[in-house]
Amino acid sequence: MKTKHKTIITAIILVLVILIGYIILHGANFQVLNPAGQIASKQMDLMIFAALLSLIVVIPVFIMAFTFLWKYREGKHAKYSPNLDSNIFAEITWWTIPTILIVILSVVTWISTHQLDPFKPIASSTKPMTIQVIALEWKWLFIYPEQNIATVNSFNFPEKTPIKFEITGDAPMNSFWIPQLGGQIYAMSGMVTNLNLEASGTGSYSGSSANLSGKGFSGMKFKANSMSRVDFDEWVKTVKQMPNNLTTTEYNQLSRPSENNPASSYATKQAGLFESVVEKYMPYGHNMDNMRSKNDSQTVDY
Amino acid sequence: MNSFASGLLGKLSWDALQHDIIVTGGQVSMVLAALTVVGLLFYFKRWKWLWNNWLTTVDPKKIGIMYLIAATLMLLRGAVDAGMMRAQQALASGASDGFLSSEHFQQIFSAHGTIMIFFVAMGLMFGLINLIVPLQIGARDVAFPFLNATSFWLYAAGLMLINLSLMVGEFSAAGWLAYPPLSGIAYSPGVGVDYWIWSLQIAGIGSTLAGINFIVTILKMRCPGMTMMKMPMFSWSVLSSMALVVVAFPILTATLAMLALDRTLGMHFFTAESGGNPMMYINLIWAWGHPEVYILILPAFGIFSEIVATFARKRLFGYKSMVWALMAITVLSFVVWLHHFFTMGAGANVNAFFGIMTMIIAVPTGVKLFNWLFTMYRGRIRFTSPMLWFMGFVVTFTIGGVTGVMMSVPAIDFQLHNSLFLVAHFHNMIIGGVVFGYFAGITYWFPKIFGFSLNERLGKYAAWCWIVGFVVAFLPLYILGIMGATRRLESYDSSMGWQGLFVVAGFGAAIIMLGVTFQILQVIVSIINRKDNLDTTGDHWDARTLEWSTSSPAPHYNFAVLPVVTRRDDFWESKQSKRKNTDKPNYQPIHMPKNTPVGLYIGMLSLITGFAIVWHIIWLIPVAVVAIILLIIIRTSNTNSTFTVSVAEIKKHEAARLLTKGKTL
Repeated sequence: MKTKHKTIITAIILVLVILIGYIILHGANFQVLNPAGQIASKQMDLMIFAALLSLIVVIPVFIMAFTFLWKYREGKHAKYSPNLDSNIFAEITWWTIPTILIVILSVVTWISTHQLDPFKPIASSTKPMTIQVIALEWKWLFIYPEQNIATVNSFNFPEKTPIKFEITGDAPMNSFWIPQLGGQIYAMSGMVTNLNLEASGTGSYSGSSANLSGKGFSGMKFKANSMSRVDFDEWVKTVKQMPNNLTTTEYNQLSRPSENNPASSYATKQAGLFESVVEKYMPYGHNMDNMRSKNDSQTVDY
Repeated sequence: MNSFASGLLGKLSWDALQHDIIVTGGQVSMVLAALTVVGLLFYFKRWKWLWNNWLTTVDPKKIGIMYLIAATLMLLRGAVDAGMMRAQQALASGASDGFLSSEHFQQIFSAHGTIMIFFVAMGLMFGLINLIVPLQIGARDVAFPFLNATSFWLYAAGLMLINLSLMVGEFSAAGWLAYPPLSGIAYSPGVGVDYWIWSLQIAGIGSTLAGINFIVTILKMRCPGMTMMKMPMFSWSVLSSMALVVVAFPILTATLAMLALDRTLGMHFFTAESGGNPMMYINLIWAWGHPEVYILILPAFGIFSEIVATFARKRLFGYKSMVWALMAITVLSFVVWLHHFFTMGAGANVNAFFGIMTMIIAVPTGVKLFNWLFTMYRGRIRFTSPMLWFMGFVVTFTIGGVTGVMMSVPAIDFQLHNSLFLVAHFHNMIIGGVVFGYFAGITYWFPKIFGFSLNERLGKYAAWCWIVGFVVAFLPLYILGIMGATRRLESYDSSMGWQGLFVVAGFGAAIIMLGVTFQILQVIVSIINRKDNLDTTGDHWDARTLEWSTSSPAPHYNFAVLPVVTRRDDFWESKQSKRKNTDKPNYQPIHMPKNTPVGLYIGMLSLITGFAIVWHIIWLIPVAVVAIILLIIIRTSNTNSTFTVSVAEIKKHEAARLLTKGKTL
């Protein structure tokens, strides 16, 4: 009788959890597990691999924990060996098996860390495009040095084209993250970091700052829109004809603290804005800290 | 007049006392609580008792109790902060702004992290260490009793300073580790970050001193016969943890000092311009911050080692493995700090190295887990509330281990870093590991500390609420992280579809709060019914280690006759051999340290120093610092700091103890 009640209650709770789960998660976008580009896709595969690999240890731990607790509980009078305090075979087993798993994961880590180094250009037959990103208080400025345009809090880019983001900041440290395209990297004043991403199709992806940067930080959201090459070229043309021009004066205006900025776009007649923002934090006119070593020479030296 | 006022008070003015309604609520409740305590002390005329028995004490058992009380109060504050964050995030979707401004929300999460780590976890840890380590190694005291009191009062001073920020001025809104440039004077011109720096600086120095103290205590004051490899596992874990404290905390002190110089004297260690380098701060703070995690978790591992062996009535499995695993973790914890910022842009070689070092830690940690499980194997397990906490730990900590291994792979970390997935992961480790461990330890050692045991039924209710609440509160955060939700957002677009999960997480937090309520009830009920739960034997759980061989609570000299051990768990083994010890105990006079208020004075003067620096009250700083130095000189020249407990007094106490013991038997 009592067990029957317990079963019914457990079943009801289970159904409720599934129901609530369904209502809450119905139609949700599990961005990290819903990749729209090869980088995010490889990162997802790795994530699943690492999780499954650790289950090899976790499942026995859970089984043993509950079995031992049940089997050797007081009053059950199971076999009791109060002085059993070592077994060389058992101990070798649990030093070795996790070590083997970690060795496997280490090899995967070494290879994947080099393969998915955010500074590494994506191999592709299509010519890569550069977008310069400046984190401001509290919005994102995207500069297209080849197209001579710039946008705020939303940017467009062609699909199936490797995009090289050159990222800096004119603000406290932020982190530039578009989960569906790939992992994030910090945006720091006086530093240039790179992120190489690519979208495999068209679509609009959410991006945000993942690092606390002050009062308006929560509003540092943007949209990354991947479109066909034709649409992109069309869009560039339209923006170029716009009257807004991102001059130094306009930039100084824009870089003042402001929150929840709407998306906007500019034509840029003035080259070298990005470089001048980086150099602003280097009064001695030389790169104080070249973070990357010689063999990671993708770093832009200013 | 004005310049006189600014000379006298620095930046301090009436404006510092004005706050919005929510902060005022917190202030009023704190003032009321303080007034109630003062009122009660007057009513029961207990001022003298407070001064003689507590404020001036150098007895580690009393200092330990004060640590526990202070940490518990801070736990309540930290939990209220957590509740406000959960409520805000459950509400603030789309057009709704919730009830907190972004600045206030940022102050709350900064305070939550800082308070929970420095003043709750560290407080509970040092409390238990003070209470148990000397007893467990068969010592009468710590190596440096006065230094120990000073450590506590520095911790208390830091705690008071951080709470003062709620009353006077504001707290930091730069996160619990205050990364520059955000925490620099340019972006955070207020006093908040200064409060953060100086409360940690003062408490941190206390921690370093306590670390030195317990290393010396454990190395030099073990009772005759207790070689290192016969030492109980909790003492081993404390030794490892304190070694980490001594190496890691000076890094924190230096880093905070440099940040303070940047902010106060306009230097450029960590600014983005003039050659400063914020990345160096992030490296340094994590060179302390990662070992800090292990400083907290290792003693929890030690606690579980004692609990599992005691309640399985079995020797700890793989003692040597356990010691080696502890040592491995201790060393490895210093070569993994970079995994907190793979996303800063270091090269693939660097990231891969730190990633691999991080996953290696999973091996010794896993070994410990297997050894605990095999301690249960062929045991006689009593499923008490400490065991329930242990099972909760096994489940949550293992899940945290999986997510930890995932994030140790840099390419994966790029996708999960600074998301709520990360937040869920470290709460898995800190709540499931550290907090459950300390709660288990407090329940386990409560009868030893206070002489009566805690109510088991309420304890189990509390543990169940914490375990279930933990899952309900943090599982949604893992999912939210996967859905692209970053940490520290005070509002988000409704189109992201996050609100439902935030609401569920809020319910989870409410269940945890229910657990906290049960714990408060548990303490109250246990105090009321203490006559029924007295631990007259001194060995409430039929346990294994030396702390259970003396009375509960232990006399101020701990042991009438210092124990002599010949093997691991000597106390348990001699209980098993059932050989009656018929020798008449040979009592000797005992030298004990005298009470002194100097530790309290140093702590309060440090508080004044910190407050003066925060508010730029220039004249007060040298006054307080010179006073501290003078006090130290006076104290160290005092040669009359001990007294002798006479044989007659020891006999009297021991006779009374044997009498009550005889009655119950």
